[in-house]
Amino acid sequence: MAAPVKAPGRVDAPGRGRVGDSPPRPDGTLKVTGEFAYASDLWMSGMLWGATLRSPHPRARIRSLDVGPALATPGVHAVLTHEDVPGAKVFGLDLPDQPVLAVDEVRYQGEPVALVAADHPEIARRALDRIVVDYEVLEPVTDARAVVADPERYRVQENGGIVRHQPVRVGDVDRARAEAEVVVTGEYEVGIQDQAFLGPEAGLAVPADDGGVDLYVSTQWIHRDVEQIAPCLDLPAERIRMTMAGVGGAFGGREDLSMQIHAAMLALRTGRPVKMSYNRRESFFGHVHRHPAWMRYEYGATKEGRLLYADVQIVLDGGAYTSSSMNVVGNAASLGVGPYEFPNLRIDGYGAYTNNPPCGAMRGFGAVQACFAYESMMDRLAAACGLTPVQIRHRNAVTQGSRLATGQIIDSPAPLAPMLERLEAMPLPPVADTSDLRNLPGGVAQTTHGEGVVRGIGYGVGIKNICFSEGFDDLSTARVRLEAIGGEPTVLVHTAAAEVGQGLVTLKAQIARTELGVDRVTIAPADNAVGNAGSSSASRQSYMTGGAVKAACEAVRAELLARAARRTGRGDLSVRNGVIVSRAAGEVATVAEILGDDPIEETREYHHRPTTPLDPVTGQGSSHTQLALCVHRAVVDVDVELGLVKVVELAAVQDVGRIMNRQSLEGQIHGGTAQGLGLAVMEEIVVADGAIRNPSFTDYLIPTILDMPPMRLDIVEYPDPHAPYGLRGAGEPPTLSSTPAIVAALRDATGKALTRVPVRPEHLVG
Amino acid sequence: MRVNVTVNGSAATVDDVWEGESLLYMLRERMGLPGSKNACEQGECGSCTVYLDGLPVCSCLVAAGQAEGRAVRTVEGLAGADGLDPVQRAFVDAGAVQCGFCTPGLIVQTHDLINRVPDPDDAEIREALAGNLCRCTGYEKILDAVRLAAARRREDA
Repeated sequence: MAAPVKAPGRVDAPGRGRVGDSPPRPDGTLKVTGEFAYASDLWMSGMLWGATLRSPHPRARIRSLDVGPALATPGVHAVLTHEDVPGAKVFGLDLPDQPVLAVDEVRYQGEPVALVAADHPEIARRALDRIVVDYEVLEPVTDARAVVADPERYRVQENGGIVRHQPVRVGDVDRARAEAEVVVTGEYEVGIQDQAFLGPEAGLAVPADDGGVDLYVSTQWIHRDVEQIAPCLDLPAERIRMTMAGVGGAFGGREDLSMQIHAAMLALRTGRPVKMSYNRRESFFGHVHRHPAWMRYEYGATKEGRLLYADVQIVLDGGAYTSSSMNVVGNAASLGVGPYEFPNLRIDGYGAYTNNPPCGAMRGFGAVQACFAYESMMDRLAAACGLTPVQIRHRNAVTQGSRLATGQIIDSPAPLAPMLERLEAMPLPPVADTSDLRNLPGGVAQTTHGEGVVRGIGYGVGIKNICFSEGFDDLSTARVRLEAIGGEPTVLVHTAAAEVGQGLVTLKAQIARTELGVDRVTIAPADNAVGNAGSSSASRQSYMTGGAVKAACEAVRAELLARAARRTGRGDLSVRNGVIVSRAAGEVATVAEILGDDPIEETREYHHRPTTPLDPVTGQGSSHTQLALCVHRAVVDVDVELGLVKVVELAAVQDVGRIMNRQSLEGQIHGGTAQGLGLAVMEEIVVADGAIRNPSFTDYLIPTILDMPPMRLDIVEYPDPHAPYGLRGAGEPPTLSSTPAIVAALRDATGKALTRVPVRPEHLVG
Repeated sequence: MRVNVTVNGSAATVDDVWEGESLLYMLRERMGLPGSKNACEQGECGSCTVYLDGLPVCSCLVAAGQAEGRAVRTVEGLAGADGLDPVQRAFVDAGAVQCGFCTPGLIVQTHDLINRVPDPDDAEIREALAGNLCRCTGYEKILDAVRLAAARRREDA
């Protein structure tokens, strides 16, 4: 069957930028002219619109389901239920436990129950209303801590009440407690954050002549999608051809499947292309969120502020299905006390199954929640010891050679102490000019002219694992083709890696130019005609797909130079600016001459250093391949009478190993910082009895340009010798550290304890 | 119903429009102009911003029928025969585009701002763009892009 209108195509990478430069994005012009084809923009002649009936209840038994009236609606072509799922009835990212369509029970509000395909989205919506479902409403399990306390009593699904319990045990906490001169405790909560990517879940499924299906979707991991889809459709994986459609942001929210299997089922049933595109409300129910957390911390130290022990319990609520909860727990436990050295530790990380909204991957997962708690604790300890926030962190900071909570030795630079020094040395913003109300909390709402406004300053530090951890064989694949087109050497780079906005598409071209000495680079659309690239998550694609493109280019270069050596009889050759250069004889041939009509194509897989699982009892193990640090300083003005906040400035120092593309990198740090600000003072999916109360951008607020302050960045480069080009993943760390920095600044201004994020106005007054 | 509308300078007649459809839906699904984006469809995010008779509006909040006899200009209609509009060029050059889903709306809104205010200060830029959500950039490079576009326009003038 034909391809859709505006199907993703090859793009030429503009400019001549090498590694370290900031050339324009290859997709930039398409995006500013409106021509870039996002998943929701796809269109095909004769296509139908798919829609999803979702459970209104967080937990209910399905007594009966009648699709007859919906099917009889003019313009409706199919109505499908779990009985129509061709193969396996369940799927899942790590564990197949989530029904494609609910079978006999719904376990979260918004769980898919039935599907409709119709001529017009409004007809589909009306048909959904005519599906009759008889629910027996059950009491939802909504307290993750109760599940942890009594998992057998509160089982919401077969896998049980607890997804994973990961302990970490080091030394003797009880003895250290007896010796500690200063002990501080705290209990902290993190609300549910939403990725709130702007491009809704969407895609187009096209039935293929071989009985398979061609899928055009926005996702983070093509190959894992296909591995999950194939058994549910009862099709061999090779008959599912998946092409990445334009992705309107992801941030973890597209790591789990959304509409993929549903659209494919409707397309296979009707024999017609089917498009699905969620609206904003449905999107809030259509993807997993950041796990909410309840955290109990106790730290003991000497009176000089040297850490002696930590006793920590972290409970994360994953909702009804497993998704990535196991890894979220692993991160929270292994990074539960941050980048500080503790001789004695007792950490217990738990993930619980409940009937609350499903949770999974979001930028910084597991590490974000713990970071809010451990940084709050460091401030509490600093106050108890009479130290400044920077002093306490400096005194206990890890460095290269330090031991993490898991016993893993940090074997590349971890320059936390110098980063803190640089951060503290940055100039502070001036006092607000109160003659312009726009500089004050409340702004043009004219809530204050400066009276009641107090400034606060706070610091935050975060450490994030980069790439997949705990023994996972993390890999990426790249195919690179070098050929002469019109007498000019041209590189085609093909990977399955998801470009979600982060700029990997730019970086792939930079690496190809650097390794092959060729300017002209074309990027092929991501699809599963090439090998697995892994997920665009865990800040891993510059490292992993960058590493794969580099390796494939090196193989192409080796073949090019071998051909050139055969032709010239020389062994001292290199390639530069499209020319083969001999050390002794200078330029001996052009790349185009050596290539002739015979392209060179190589495919390479890149694997990072192996890691080990965490011991299930002690939590010990070298589980992370790379760690990255970011530190933030926040300056806030708070109207302490009304609880209104203006974040005045956010300053950050981040170590990235090597700056690959400064412009994209700054964009990642700015954007990650903004999402941390959102978690600090704005963003929460409010849940009552398992039901979402605010599934819209009217009620779920993300930062606007008025909420974001100017950001001051200082990017440092301490190369990691194990990583390609020495780079360090950079997307997630700023999302960790900006939240606790802002909350610390709010505490500084108000004197309030502020143990829960997001902080609301009522927490700041009274 | 039938809607007669001028879009990006060309008169068009669109048939079979359902009365409940928005201008955004008509542009995207019936006129082959998906550049205006459907991120919230309730006027909160600004991704669907287009000019309607010269004023920027959220096209998701305008019924298709309300465009009858009027002129619409979308992001697809900003570039001239000689290439990108300065605002579009500035967004690419300044690194203000990541996923790009908010970009068409921001570009139309910025285009309107610097038409009205050739040399906006940061507070004016923030106020003008406060109705356009971006989830990727933290807005710093969007501010850079607006300043750059305004500066280039002034130089060209």
